[in-house]
Amino acid sequence: MNAIQTENLTKRYGKHRGIDNVTLTVPEGDFFGFIGPNGAGKSTTIRLCLGLIAPTGGSVRIFGKEVREDPIGILRQIGYLPSETAFYNGMRVRELLKFSADLRKMDCREEAERLCQALDLDPDRKIDQLSLGNRKKAGIVCALQHKPRLYILDEPTSGLDPLIQREFYRLLQERNKEGASVFLSSHVLSEVQRYCTHAAIIREGKLLTMGSVAELGHTGVKRVTLQGIDRAPELPGVRSVKAEGNTVSFLYSGAPGQLLSCLASLPVADVSIAEPDLEEIFLHYYSKEGQV
Amino acid sequence: MTVFRHELRQGRVALAIWALSIGMMLGMCILIYPSMKSQMDQVGEMFAQMGGFSRAFGMDKINFGSFPGFFSVECGNVLGLGGGFYAALIGIQALAKEESGHTAEFLLAHPVSRGSVVAQKLLAVLAQIAILNLVNIAITAVCVVIIGEKPPIKSLLLLFTAYFLMQVETASILFGISAFLRTGGAGLGLGLGAMFYFLNIVANLMEETAFLKYITPYGYTDGAQILTDGALCGKYLAAGAVFTLLGIAAGFLLYRRKDIG
Repeated sequence: MNAIQTENLTKRYGKHRGIDNVTLTVPEGDFFGFIGPNGAGKSTTIRLCLGLIAPTGGSVRIFGKEVREDPIGILRQIGYLPSETAFYNGMRVRELLKFSADLRKMDCREEAERLCQALDLDPDRKIDQLSLGNRKKAGIVCALQHKPRLYILDEPTSGLDPLIQREFYRLLQERNKEGASVFLSSHVLSEVQRYCTHAAIIREGKLLTMGSVAELGHTGVKRVTLQGIDRAPELPGVRSVKAEGNTVSFLYSGAPGQLLSCLASLPVADVSIAEPDLEEIFLHYYSKEGQV
Repeated sequence: MTVFRHELRQGRVALAIWALSIGMMLGMCILIYPSMKSQMDQVGEMFAQMGGFSRAFGMDKINFGSFPGFFSVECGNVLGLGGGFYAALIGIQALAKEESGHTAEFLLAHPVSRGSVVAQKLLAVLAQIAILNLVNIAITAVCVVIIGEKPPIKSLLLLFTAYFLMQVETASILFGISAFLRTGGAGLGLGLGAMFYFLNIVANLMEETAFLKYITPYGYTDGAQILTDGALCGKYLAAGAVFTLLGIAAGFLLYRRKDIG
């Protein structure tokens, strides 16, 4: 079964673009990254999945059920972290966590305590006195404390320090191993690359590509770094050239043999040919659209 | 009833401030009655001769010398304005504050239906208005005992009922409007609350504008009419009931379909 299945999902806000014909599949048990720059339509897609906004066209199914058909049944199985974590002023963290658990008619005190400890969050603090990062932590505990079947996390790590980010991903991986599905949006590609098994890239409301993170890396493009020369060889398929001192680096999508024979004739001191990182793949998919 | 309890907790400070402020002014008005009483006959005559002004505030038909007459004008204005503004404020903010405070996404991502959220918020608004009035009734009762007046229980209860219903109607209309808004709209709430009040004053001035009493929730809070008839005016109440139901229905219908973003 698929945790999330959208078909030609479209949302328009009057003249403003929301998302356009997004077809996305997140299998149950997956750790899925949803990548795109700010304003690409990540949050819109997520809000559609939660039934917070109604689609202009297309459909969203969560665990096989149309979202608008059974919103309560679906929301019961989801833990959601909004990108902007705003809460009610005047409440303490503990009260907020209890409010969230009460809305689910559950007692999550034990798990909430464990999560607060893991994320180093003091539950007796008042929410309006918390820093951005600590508010985010409170949001994370709200999303995780009831041990849902599907986690939908919108930009979960923005504002968190690196140590807490790592702990957060450890918790998510733990839940994922227990069978839960994770769907997170991010514009930080390295974290998607590190933790997610599948990913989709969205830009300007359109899905550019979707696949396993490993597959997305196999774009036929290599990052070539050469030492000892200051100019990239003039070959077809060379782009994104960066030259610094006697090191030159570029993306290469041409024939490998051609590159090797060209390198043999150059005074190269050192060579590295590697998979480009997701950042570059991201740019690769952009450029395919003729934008970069 | 988690949302209901949460709403009451969130609104408790505002409720305490409004209830005590209105209660204090109400209490003060009642406590000065004995010293005003002797002068009231002259005041009553003076008011009766002030034509349009007295008519606007319904003071032309009232016996100022009697406690119910005094209460209906002095305290009526305090309860009418104070209670009306409070009702307008909590009504307009009930639904819109979640979006203006960016908490709507948090709240509505929980397994609670929109209909249930609207119903619990509406109940919380009504409960807060009821508490405000109970506090004011208690303060009135204590002050009436202090000044040694024989409490005109029926008249007072009728007046309090009229103001309670006026507050419920005001809150319900603004509750419906609240479903349209994405910001808190406190200014709009107070503005509309004030408009309702002044519409009533205009309605009192001339025959031609009397129809406004059907529109403003203050239409059936006319102390003189209530004390004379010993009952609230049925036709204005009926119009008020229609507006109340329309406001509530709009709140439910709109919020269930609203895009939360």
